[in-house]
Amino acid sequence: MSRIAVTNLTKVYGDDTIALDDVSFEIDEGEFVIVLGVSGSGKSTLLRCLSSLTSPTEGTIEIDGDEVTQTHDDIAMIFQQHNIIGQMTAYSNALSGSLSRSDFVESVFQLQDSAEKYRALEALETVGLLEEAQSKARNMSGGQQQRVGIARALVQEPRVMLADEPVASLDPGSSQQVMQYLLEASVDRDLTTMISLHEVNLARKFGERFIGLRDGKKVFDGYSEDFTIDIIDEIYGDIDIDGIVAEDGADTNETETGKRATKGGSAV
Amino acid sequence: MAVEPGRNWQRYDTRDRIKRLAIAVLAAATVLSSWLWLDLDLQYVASSPPELLDLAVRMYPPEWAYAPDIVMPLIETIHIAVVGTILAVVLSIPVAFLAARNTTPNRVTYAVGKLIVTVSRSVHTIIWAMLFVVMFGPGAFAGMVAIGVRSIGFVGKLLGEEIEEIAFDQVEAIDATGASTFQVLLYGVIPQIKPALVGISVYRWDINVRGATILGVVGAGGIGVQLFDAVDAFQWSTVALILIAILGIVLLSETVSARARAMVR
Repeated sequence: MSRIAVTNLTKVYGDDTIALDDVSFEIDEGEFVIVLGVSGSGKSTLLRCLSSLTSPTEGTIEIDGDEVTQTHDDIAMIFQQHNIIGQMTAYSNALSGSLSRSDFVESVFQLQDSAEKYRALEALETVGLLEEAQSKARNMSGGQQQRVGIARALVQEPRVMLADEPVASLDPGSSQQVMQYLLEASVDRDLTTMISLHEVNLARKFGERFIGLRDGKKVFDGYSEDFTIDIIDEIYGDIDIDGIVAEDGADTNETETGKRATKGGSAV
Repeated sequence: MAVEPGRNWQRYDTRDRIKRLAIAVLAAATVLSSWLWLDLDLQYVASSPPELLDLAVRMYPPEWAYAPDIVMPLIETIHIAVVGTILAVVLSIPVAFLAARNTTPNRVTYAVGKLIVTVSRSVHTIIWAMLFVVMFGPGAFAGMVAIGVRSIGFVGKLLGEEIEEIAFDQVEAIDATGASTFQVLLYGVIPQIKPALVGISVYRWDINVRGATILGVVGAGGIGVQLFDAVDAFQWSTVALILIAILGIVLLSETVSARARAMVR
């Protein structure tokens, strides 16, 4: 059974804005999938539907065979603008990932049991922010805030981790760092992970499997060995990709995820 | 477009000048008609300086020996303001969520929230106090309830506007963790409005300290009872002492309020 099964997913905004058009795919447990496409191609809508923050117009989403219709702690979401609570500390933000397991009193007074508190500290350590646990989130850099967002997601103990353009607002150095933390968290915890990106080089470096969207339609679904310049052309259309694909990386399949056991698969 | 030398540039065209003149004439006519309707007699204005001087002479020196008798009423005044404000803040939080477009469940609840805010704000504290003195009898309890009820609208309105300004992305992020609606409010909304909540509450407490000083005029407790008793008995030196005491606690509350609001900004 696939961990994620998306079947004929369609999302129409208003009367005629088709954000997703009959998209179907399956993702196995522990896969690290990158969703690519230009702005408006449907990447964010796809991830928002998967996390139930947006309701699809048609189609179904199943996680481990169960249809997903509302937000759930099994599915963690990391956002482009971090969306952490600036007025709270990094630790409190991380701990908020345990809310679905907390009762009324625990929520109000932050009296979660020691296992949850340890989990929050461990998650902050995973993203290299244990020393910053008591820092106000709003005083942290963009990269650090995104790492707090990852920690919050990890405290959820999800089966699926989704990240919607997690590095879009970060500088190149912070982008690499955040992607590395996402990859390590995914590998260490065997999380099924989907990340939307529009930076092809970053995608090629960290990606194992790629799903390409264009105008809401799935135009590619395959593994790194099939992710060629022609495929990138198909995803990005008329956009000049010379500037967004590094020449020395364009024809290589060497990736960060290649260092872990490569799964079989074929392009569709 | 080049600037032509010698061309007469004007800030307003003819239509704007007529409109501005009409507004000025309307404003002047409003003030004049109000003055005429009130039929104000200016003869007392002319005699007011000697009257004021006479009052000042009668008030001086203040009756310092009366000071021990106003300590408890002063403390009661502050307590009326503190408890009334706390009551108002607690009750105004749900009202604010109802009166904010982005958190109210539906149009009916929005209307209910706005109605509570409007009713509370449109009736003066003294009038609320008169009603509650009839309901609960004279004393500090009626004054405290009056202060609280009057403040619900003030705090609820400002807090509701603050809720409408929150970043909804943060709320959505907490929702995405699988948290309940209450937990989403607690972690997604409350931290964002907390600085405003503290600032508004302290500011309202400051207003309520001033408001509580005159509740005594309708028998609703506080230092106002002593003040109006002294006025009725023409004990002007005692009145002077009470006014100095009121000035003292108002200055104290304003200082505390300003510092507390600066801390949470």
